[in-house]
Amino acid sequence: MSDTVIEAPEFAERSTSYLTDGSTLRSWLLTTDHKRIAILFFGTITIFFFVGGAAAALVRYNLIVPQGMIASAETYNRLFTLHGVVMVWFFLIPAVPVTLGNFLVPLMLGARDLAFPRLNLLSWYLFVAAGLVVLYALFVGGVDTGWTFYTPLASTYSRSHVVAAVAGVFIAGFSSIATGLNFIVTIHRLRAPGMTWYKMPVFLWSLYATSVLFVLATPVLAMTLLLLSFERIFHIGVFDPTLGGDPLLFQHLFWFYSHPAVYIMILPGLGVISEIVPAFSSKRLFGYKFVVWCSIAIAVISFLVWGHHMFVAGTSLYSALVFSILSYVVAVPSAIKVFNWIGTMHKGFIRFDAPMLYAIGFIGLFTTGGLTGLFVAALAADVHLAQTYFVVAHFHYVMVGGMVSAFFAGLHFWWPKISGRMYPEMWGRAGAVIIFIGFNLTFFPQFLLGYLGMPRRYHSYPSEFQVLNVLSSAGTTILAVGYLLPLGYLTWSLFYGKRASANPWGATGLEWQTASPPLTENFVSTPTVMEPPYNYPPAEVVQRHV
Amino acid sequence: MIKYRAGSDIDRGVLAEKTWRLETAWTVATLLIFFGLFVWGADLYVRLFQPPSDALKIYVIGKQWMWKIEHQGGQREINALHLPVGRAIQLVMTSEDVIHDFSIPAFRIKHDVLPGRYETLWFEVNEPGTYHLFCTQLCGTGHAEMFGEVVAMSAPEYQNWLEQNGAEETLAKAGEALFMRYGCSGCHGGNGAGGSQSESTVPAPSLAGLYGSPVTLIDGSIITADDLYIRDCILLPDTRRVAGYPPLMPSFAGQISEEDLLKIIAYIKSLTPEKQS
Repeated sequence: MSDTVIEAPEFAERSTSYLTDGSTLRSWLLTTDHKRIAILFFGTITIFFFVGGAAAALVRYNLIVPQGMIASAETYNRLFTLHGVVMVWFFLIPAVPVTLGNFLVPLMLGARDLAFPRLNLLSWYLFVAAGLVVLYALFVGGVDTGWTFYTPLASTYSRSHVVAAVAGVFIAGFSSIATGLNFIVTIHRLRAPGMTWYKMPVFLWSLYATSVLFVLATPVLAMTLLLLSFERIFHIGVFDPTLGGDPLLFQHLFWFYSHPAVYIMILPGLGVISEIVPAFSSKRLFGYKFVVWCSIAIAVISFLVWGHHMFVAGTSLYSALVFSILSYVVAVPSAIKVFNWIGTMHKGFIRFDAPMLYAIGFIGLFTTGGLTGLFVAALAADVHLAQTYFVVAHFHYVMVGGMVSAFFAGLHFWWPKISGRMYPEMWGRAGAVIIFIGFNLTFFPQFLLGYLGMPRRYHSYPSEFQVLNVLSSAGTTILAVGYLLPLGYLTWSLFYGKRASANPWGATGLEWQTASPPLTENFVSTPTVMEPPYNYPPAEVVQRHV
Repeated sequence: MIKYRAGSDIDRGVLAEKTWRLETAWTVATLLIFFGLFVWGADLYVRLFQPPSDALKIYVIGKQWMWKIEHQGGQREINALHLPVGRAIQLVMTSEDVIHDFSIPAFRIKHDVLPGRYETLWFEVNEPGTYHLFCTQLCGTGHAEMFGEVVAMSAPEYQNWLEQNGAEETLAKAGEALFMRYGCSGCHGGNGAGGSQSESTVPAPSLAGLYGSPVTLIDGSIITADDLYIRDCILLPDTRRVAGYPPLMPSFAGQISEEDLLKIIAYIKSLTPEKQS
C-alpha cells in the first residue's frame, strides 16, 4: 500500500496501461503483475479448453452409430478420460479464479496487486508444468480409467499411463492451493479504506469461499493420488483387496475432494452472475447478505455430501440416508441464489447485451442442472439413474451450461476492462444464442438416454438408443461453432475493436473506476469506498431518465 | 424479463426494501419440498435393503469382461440370466478383479460388484420377457462388451430351462468335493461336524448349522454368519477368529477361485445340524 502512495504522482505523467508496460517476452514470462499473469492463464486454459473440447467432439462422433465409429474401445476409453481430466483440472477448476479472479480481485478491492505476486507467478508455472506432464501422459498412450481413477482398476489392472496423469493432477493441485492462499490473504489484508466485508462485491465472496475449498480440499486429493501411485508402483496394499486394501476407500477419499471440487468449479460462476445481473438490470442485487452467506454455506456443506456418489457402491444404508438428506440441504443455497437473481431482475431495467444473454442462459441451464440433481439425490431414483447418461447430462448442465456460460458471461462483461477494446456486440449475442441452442441439443437427449438406461462410458450401445445419440452428436457441432465464434471475434477485437471507455456498462465496482485497460499500478491513488455494493440508482430516478 | 426491458416505460412502482421475509419464505418452502423428496426416495431405497427371506438366490461373478452366473442347481451361464417371474430373486455378487456394476435398467436396479466382498441385490419380475443387462461401472477396455440379457420366464418354463441345462451336480454337491480337495475336511471333519468330535486331533469349530446363526468372535462381538462372513473366514481368518479356538486356520487367499468359493460356501450352507445324525 505504501508503494502506491509514494509512486502516485508519477502515474499521471506516465499513465502506462499494463498491456504496453514492457513488450519483451521476459516482461511477460517474469511478470508479477496480477493482470499479466491473468492473461498468461487465459492463454493456457484456452489451449486446454480446446484440447478437451476436441476429445469431447471425437467421443460424440464415435457415438453416432451403435457399434462405434472409432475402431477400438481402447481409443474411446482414452478419449473420454482425456476429456474428463483436461476439462476438470485444467479448465473448469482454474477457469474463473485464475483468469477473471486474478485480474479482478485486486481491482475490486482497490489494491495494487495480490498479496503474494511471486507466488501468483509460481502458480502459473506449476500449472504449466502440470499441464505438460498430463499432455505427456496423453501423447505417450493416454489413460483409460476415466477422470475418476477408480481403484483397483487404476491401481492394478489398467495398462495405461496412470502414474503420469496422476502426477500432472497432483502438481496442478499445488497451483490451486497457491492461488487459493493468495486470494484469502489478499481479501483479508488488502481491502481499500472503507471496503468492509459487506461492501465487497459477491464475486469476491464467491472467490473467498472457493479459495477456502482450494486450500482445504486439494490436499486430500494429493494424498489420495499419492497412495494410488504407491499402490501402482510399489504394490502397497491400500485400495486393492488382493493386496489387503479396501476397494471403496479410494472412492471415499476421492469424492471427499471431488465433491467440494464441483463447488470450486461453480461458486466463481455464481459470483460472476451476481455481478452481471445487477449491472444489466440497473438495480441493486436483491438480498445481498443472503447471496453472500449462501456462498459460504455451500462451501461448508459441500464437504459433507461426498457419499452421494456412492449410493449404489456398497456403502451402508444409514450413511446413504444421511448423505441423501445433506445433498438436499446443499441444494437449498443454490436455489436461494437463483431466486435472488430473479428478484434482482424483477422491476429492473434489463439490457440484453451479450454478457446478460450468457447470464440468462446460465440461470436457465444451471436451474435445470440443479433440479435434475434433486433426482439423483433421491436415493431410489439414483439407483436407476446412477452411472447412466442422466448423470452425464446433469453434470454437464451444471458445469458446461452453468460454469462455462458464466465464464463466457464474465469474459464478455470484463473484456473491455481487460483488453481496452469492445467486442463486436452482434457477434457476441449471436455466440450466446448459438451456444445455448447447441448446448441443449447436445445434452437434453442425454437426460432421456439416461432415463432409458443407457450406461455412460460405453464405446458401443444397443441400437434402440441411436436416434437420441445422433441428436446429441448433431448438437455438438453447433456447440463447437458456438465456442469457436468467441475465439474468433474476441481475437479480432483485440486489434480492430472499438476503444472501450473506463465504464462502458455503467456498472458499479472499483474495477470500473480505473482506466480500460488499467494502469500497471491499477489506481492512480488508492480509492476510498463510501458506497454500499451495487449502488445503482433507485427505479424512480432511472425511469425519469428513460 | 421482457416486461422490464430497459426501453419499456412500465411502472416499476416502489421497490420492496425489506427482503428478509421473502428470503425466509422461499428458503423454508424450498427446504420443505426437498425434505418431502428425500423421504419419498429414502422410503423406496430402504426396501432394497430388506430382501424377503425366501428369495431365490442366484450367484453372479463379474470379471474383465463378462458376467458369470451360477444357479443353485449348478447351472451356469455367461452374460445371460434366466429367472422365474413372480418370485423374489436375490443376487449374491462378487468380482474377480476390478469393480463392476450389475444393472438392469428395466427393473430400475443396479449395484456395484466389488472384489473381495459379496454385495446383494433383490428384485421381483412380473412380466416375462427379455431385458438388457449392463455393467455400469467402468471396468477397463471391454466395459461396453460386458452386457447381456435377462430372460424372465414363467415358473414352469424356468423349471424346464433348469432341467435342460441341468448340471451334473448342484453347487453344494460340487462344494463338498472341493471341501475335501482343499483340505477343509482335515480339521472341520468329513461332514463339517467340527474337529473336536471327529477323528481329527485339531480343534476346529463345527460348520453344521453355522449359516445364519450367531457367532461369538474372539473380541467378544457377536455377528451373524452370512455369505461374507464365511468367505472372510476362509480368505482372511485372522480377522474372523471364533472365540474358544486356537488361531490355526490358514488363509486361503489367492488359492481358491471365486467360483470354487461360492461352491464351498453353498456346501457349508447346506450343512444342517440334522444332517449330522
